[in-house]
Amino acid sequence: MAAGTHYLSGLTATNGPAVQTSDDAEGFYVLGDKLVDEKTPTGPIAERWTTRKFENRLVNPANRRKLSVIIVGTGLAGGAAAATLGEAGYNVKSFCYQDSPRRAHSIAAQGGINASKNYKEDGDSVYRLFYDTVKGGDYRSRESNVYRLAEVSANIIDQCVAQGVPFAREYGGLLDNRSFGGVQVSRTFYARGQTGQQLLLGAYQAMERQVAAGTVEQFTRHEMLDVIIADGRARGIIARDMVTGEIETHLADAVVLATGGYGNVYFLSTNAMGSNVTAAWRAHRKGAYMANPAYTQIHPTCIPVTGAHQSKLTLMSESLRNDGRVWVPKNAADCEKDPREIPEADRDYFLERIYPSFGNLVPRDIASRAAKYMCDEGRGVGPQIEETGPDGEKRLVRRGVYLDLTDAIRRMGREKVEEKYDNLLDMYERITGENPYELPMRIYPAVHYVMGGLWVDYELQTNVTGLFCAGEANFSDHGANRLGASALMQGLSDGYFVLPNTIRDYLADGPFPVIDETHPAVVEAQQAVQERINRFMTINGRRSVDSFHKQLGQIMWEYCGMERTKEGLIKAIGLIRDLKKEFWSNVKVLGSADSLNQDLEKAGRVADFIELGELMCIDALNRRESCGGHFRAESQTEDGEALRHDEEFAYVAAWEWGGDDGAPVLHKEDLIYTAIEMKQRSYK
Amino acid sequence: MSPRVSCCAVATTELVKGVRTTRSTIALKLLMAISGIVFILFVLVHMYGNLKAFSGHDAYNEYAEHIRTVGTPILPRTGALWVLRVVLIVSLVAHVASAAALWKRANRARPVNYQVKRNLSSSLSSRTMRWGGLTLLVFIIWHLINFTIGKVNVSGGATNDPYNLLVDSFDTWWLTVIYLVAMLALGLHLHHGTFSSLQTLGYTNTASSRQRARVAGWVVAIVIAGGFSLVPLFTLFGVITK
Amino acid sequence: MKLTLKIWRQANASAAGAMHTYELDGVSTDMSFLEMLDLLNEQLVTSGEEPVAFDSDCREGICGMCSLMINGQAHGPEVTTTCQLHMRSFNDGDVITIEPWRASSFPVVKDLVVDRSAFDRIIQNGGYISANTGAAPEANSVPAPRDKAMRAFNVATCIGCGACVAACPNGSASLFLGAKITHLGELPQGQPERYSRVASMVAQHDHEGFGGCTNIGECAAACPKEIPLDVISQLNKDLRSAIKQGY
Repeated sequence: MAAGTHYLSGLTATNGPAVQTSDDAEGFYVLGDKLVDEKTPTGPIAERWTTRKFENRLVNPANRRKLSVIIVGTGLAGGAAAATLGEAGYNVKSFCYQDSPRRAHSIAAQGGINASKNYKEDGDSVYRLFYDTVKGGDYRSRESNVYRLAEVSANIIDQCVAQGVPFAREYGGLLDNRSFGGVQVSRTFYARGQTGQQLLLGAYQAMERQVAAGTVEQFTRHEMLDVIIADGRARGIIARDMVTGEIETHLADAVVLATGGYGNVYFLSTNAMGSNVTAAWRAHRKGAYMANPAYTQIHPTCIPVTGAHQSKLTLMSESLRNDGRVWVPKNAADCEKDPREIPEADRDYFLERIYPSFGNLVPRDIASRAAKYMCDEGRGVGPQIEETGPDGEKRLVRRGVYLDLTDAIRRMGREKVEEKYDNLLDMYERITGENPYELPMRIYPAVHYVMGGLWVDYELQTNVTGLFCAGEANFSDHGANRLGASALMQGLSDGYFVLPNTIRDYLADGPFPVIDETHPAVVEAQQAVQERINRFMTINGRRSVDSFHKQLGQIMWEYCGMERTKEGLIKAIGLIRDLKKEFWSNVKVLGSADSLNQDLEKAGRVADFIELGELMCIDALNRRESCGGHFRAESQTEDGEALRHDEEFAYVAAWEWGGDDGAPVLHKEDLIYTAIEMKQRSYK
Repeated sequence: MSPRVSCCAVATTELVKGVRTTRSTIALKLLMAISGIVFILFVLVHMYGNLKAFSGHDAYNEYAEHIRTVGTPILPRTGALWVLRVVLIVSLVAHVASAAALWKRANRARPVNYQVKRNLSSSLSSRTMRWGGLTLLVFIIWHLINFTIGKVNVSGGATNDPYNLLVDSFDTWWLTVIYLVAMLALGLHLHHGTFSSLQTLGYTNTASSRQRARVAGWVVAIVIAGGFSLVPLFTLFGVITK
Repeated sequence: MKLTLKIWRQANASAAGAMHTYELDGVSTDMSFLEMLDLLNEQLVTSGEEPVAFDSDCREGICGMCSLMINGQAHGPEVTTTCQLHMRSFNDGDVITIEPWRASSFPVVKDLVVDRSAFDRIIQNGGYISANTGAAPEANSVPAPRDKAMRAFNVATCIGCGACVAACPNGSASLFLGAKITHLGELPQGQPERYSRVASMVAQHDHEGFGGCTNIGECAAACPKEIPLDVISQLNKDLRSAIKQGY
């Protein structure tokens, strides 16, 4: 595989630009100009980042003090960027909606972080990590970005260890690695099941150190509600102090959005309750392109929904599929029975049946879809949940399949299983109240990560001058699907190493002309934010914000979830438009705008999710191919596997806001590979 | 631009710099721990000395005289005793003053109490350190009046004979009860105090050393409070007599 | 299940608060405690009463945002965070008292929401290892003994929720402080700043108005991450060394 690609000099394209022949989304969008990343580097792939770092202009330390950067979000990308830019001597203002930067949702990542250290001497290299990531992303990512990611991955580990991140170690005191899904080398560094927490605390502590040093000013319980674009540059943000309700203006020479993913558009996801799209969406409405919004990663092993009251979903590490067998009853009549009473002959180990060679270890998307089909057929297990079906009617469905450790316990002994999965099984028992050693666990897929996000160039700058975007919030390096243990890598890569080296080239032109709160762009943004808040407070309808959010989630999950069809997506767009109308006339927000008001906060977020949901459906509708986390029923192999159409869709779909009453404008950025050859994914 | 937000008057937004470690709460705790250990050693010896009462009038009085003459002629009579008294007074002042400072701090740190509060792991002894300590302080004052400074013989007998004063005192049932209550308070105080001082001094860095420190607390409490209780009880029940 | 909830309501930091009683029906045992409060809020909104403000974010027990005193116990009757507490730990007809964390260093913002920025400032004052981005040596150039690395990890799992402060009758943050001191102090990378760190972090802890520790162990019992009491011993030991070194 990779061996052949060494012939690729990185100087000749291995594929041509895409020519789209299908047009499923006709009428829902306007075709815009082709988009070219003018910052994309050239030359041999291994030298591109080094060359760029050298070519990018420097800012002399004395001048850095005169330059200011606003960073929204304090997760791995935002926290790391704030710390690094602060250390360099810039004036940084950091914003987060939580009560402390340490709570950003990066903290919840479990598994680990990839790095091409090759500590195991098992043939890993920068090129192999690059290759695995591009392949894992189903050839829908930019090769230069991914190569850079693989290249700096090793520095991330060095940096984190120096900060005191307590990675797992071997007896000799050296760092331990484990292997993760989809690859054949051991390159994942981990801190038990809490790697995200430890990495985030490292970044947080580095950032707090800069707060003490006076280079970073920290604004907690602040929510960004608009970006200020003055004289063609992003120059600041409007933020609401969530405690006092005050609408504040913050100005700077550059703005970085590191605000995470928008999985909560589905209402139920593994994201935190507060995770939202507002910052990115407000920027989108001001001109920033939203790229590949339909690419969503749905994780097969989450704890199922227990009822309409459910507020979020919890991930169970995928590693359980190594030892657990997934099944449902053969007969729908058995679904209510105690699983232990269902004889072997009446069980359908459907993954083993449909995919005999990979069995329970098929990739995430395949496992997820298979589980969905079983439940759609009426063979799901667990409590019946009320949901709204494609026809808009309420129905009762069991949403769960068994993940059975019985065989593993018999084979390895209970002690071994405990040793391997104890934390996870405890967590499962705490949430479900069922003992997984006695009863098979119930699992169901859940939205976990979004590969889409704001479009950025190689330097992480959006198409809005001076507006940068890092981490999950940008459309990033994962293409159509992210490999396990790569989200942490990308967040820290962006924050510690990439952004600080690219933003300096932009800041070298600064400081930009001083503007103040009387600048028309500031006044306009302030007024818009204030008016929007006033509107929420005065609609005075009858429905709670959450009820709209839940309804949006149901539409998205049903039509823009694991499997998407043309008809379904068109229907969803209609439903979302109706929902939007109802929201703006019937939502009920109590309390006042000048104090802590969690309903008001949610109202703003849900309003943005509704608009985003519509765009996601349009993007999914346009992309009549299946790739990574995006599965169009119309485009599959005979075995039900995802089928790409490279000749039509090897492009990044960057969407421009078309106005409240207009259609979004599609700009296509061709994905041209020079260091890797595109192949169809196969799990034969 | 907007200032950094601090929502409440109580919280501070400043970082302190250059504050000496010797002015910290932990330094106060160390002071309590060290002075407490001085007291533990003292009461251990004191308890042992009291047991001399079982050897009878002469042996006990001889011991009482000995602690006044120990170290002579290099030291003057009662010289060693005064050295000990000074150490104890300094320790007492340190112990009480730091306790008072920390108590005051604790009250300021939790100005509003919970409507409902359940204790999970704290022992009775640990929760009664402050009021128990005050009880002991009151007792010590009475104890000094009774046997050292005032030499009060409630039975009206002689006060210049230590053994007789002891027997007269503990023949009085209510005095014995006061002493036993005080010993209960002492036992409780020692039970947590021993563990707490080891923890404060940083000797309980593992689960096993913490367990040993807890055992030490029990042993010290039972040996000392129990040992002290023997003489009054045996006097009351007529085993120790004039 | 049907429950009676007694909840602290307070409009803002300067307003006076009081306990309010609510009856809530239709609670499922599968609900998490916070989903039960979501249900209450949905009802309150419907009836035109402002919903109860409480903090939560990840709802999977790791971000440390949720913070409720439930029936006199920080995070309620199980050893876990409020968000991972489920209603099956309660019975039909129960009366549940819900209060905010109480400490002068954690002033109430609204209802059950408190301001824990004091923790951030403790970290600002030394709770880190100074290692600028890019200055790090090769990760394996400094081996860390496995047992020390394990201890560091075990205490680094602190989520900064503040349950230790809430449970402590002295309002002390010693467990939080000790966890960070132990985490960084056990690693070779943490040695250069070990004693200056403890000196300044303790100074900030005291400056914020947290109380002193009386070693009674309520904090460790309330800690959802089961940080052991021995981190306070480590804290004390390191401070003692710092005193000796003249900090």
